[in-house]
Amino acid sequence: MRFLRFWWEFVVGDDMLAAACVIAAIAATAGLAALGVAAWWLLPLAVPLVLYVSLRRAT
Amino acid sequence: MFYTNTCSPVKPGSGHGQPDHAPVGRGEQLGNERDPDAVDLGEHVPGDEPRALLARQASTLPRMSAVFLVLSAFLASAVEMVEALTIVLAAGLTRGWRSSLTGLAAAVIVLAAIVAALGPALTVVPLDALRLVVGALLLLFGLQWLRKAILRASGRKALHDEDAIFARELAEARVAEHIERAGIDWYGFTLSFKGVLLEGLEVAFIVLTFGSTQGSIPLAAAGAAGAVLLVAGVGVAVRAPLARVPENTMKFAVGLMLTTFGIFWSAEGAGAHWPGSDAALPGVLAFVCVVSALLVLALRTPRMETA
Repeated sequence: MRFLRFWWEFVVGDDMLAAACVIAAIAATAGLAALGVAAWWLLPLAVPLVLYVSLRRAT
Repeated sequence: MFYTNTCSPVKPGSGHGQPDHAPVGRGEQLGNERDPDAVDLGEHVPGDEPRALLARQASTLPRMSAVFLVLSAFLASAVEMVEALTIVLAAGLTRGWRSSLTGLAAAVIVLAAIVAALGPALTVVPLDALRLVVGALLLLFGLQWLRKAILRASGRKALHDEDAIFARELAEARVAEHIERAGIDWYGFTLSFKGVLLEGLEVAFIVLTFGSTQGSIPLAAAGAAGAVLLVAGVGVAVRAPLARVPENTMKFAVGLMLTTFGIFWSAEGAGAHWPGSDAALPGVLAFVCVVSALLVLALRTPRMETA
């Protein structure tokens, strides 16, 4: 259990919402790419938003 | 050997966006043995594009990516090793050098075993899947670094202070109970071992993920080893925490690099194709730098108003 908690904190950290949003953005990128739509722009758009929200939550 | 350029006549749509820098070994391993000439002729073999392209581009690692790779591994390792050095010094000065250095050696052996075991295992994972998983992990990991770095740079979080950490470790180590096993002080050994292992795990993670995805774990390991040797050399020379190292700036740089590579690889792994392929990487880095700088400014403003 401690082992799992260590890796969870190591990778996800203390903002689970940010991690979930990043995973959702990657999934959306994969979805767009599968539909044949250019999807490279999605993560550069999503990451600053996630970072901003995460910073706002931390301050 | 990593910089040879192999321009393959890939026709548009047949595996475009696949990496130009597949690893040595990975490409051979994933090579299309049924029809090795398919890509040379620009033929489309459904389902075999990545394998064939990787086989063709097995020895390619663009210079730019290699520089980023070594620099990222070097910076991340240097930051972590500065922190590990503080702990080893505190353990050595208070509990004896034998215990501290034994803990250090044991941690290094464990880290080497982890890299040796996981490194080859990662090379058998298909590159797109590897990039997706590694990219997502790096992005999650990098955002943690970047978030802390932005909070520190904007004054919202205390700066990392090696002198203060060193003083705290010294105070704790001095009052800890003395338990000796096989001539080694257990507290000193454990403090040093855990410190180096935990800091080193981040380095191992970065070396393995960067190295395997870029196709050269040895190159990433070389960057990390350079940092370890440099920090260890300076540490032995000064026998004090390296408080003058611009650690907070370096952490910011590592956060930027990890986030950039995370965005780039996870998008590629998810099937997106970057305009200009690898040439987009500096653009992503510049974008992440600008966004981070703006966020630092945005978070600084309210605090300056109340000051």
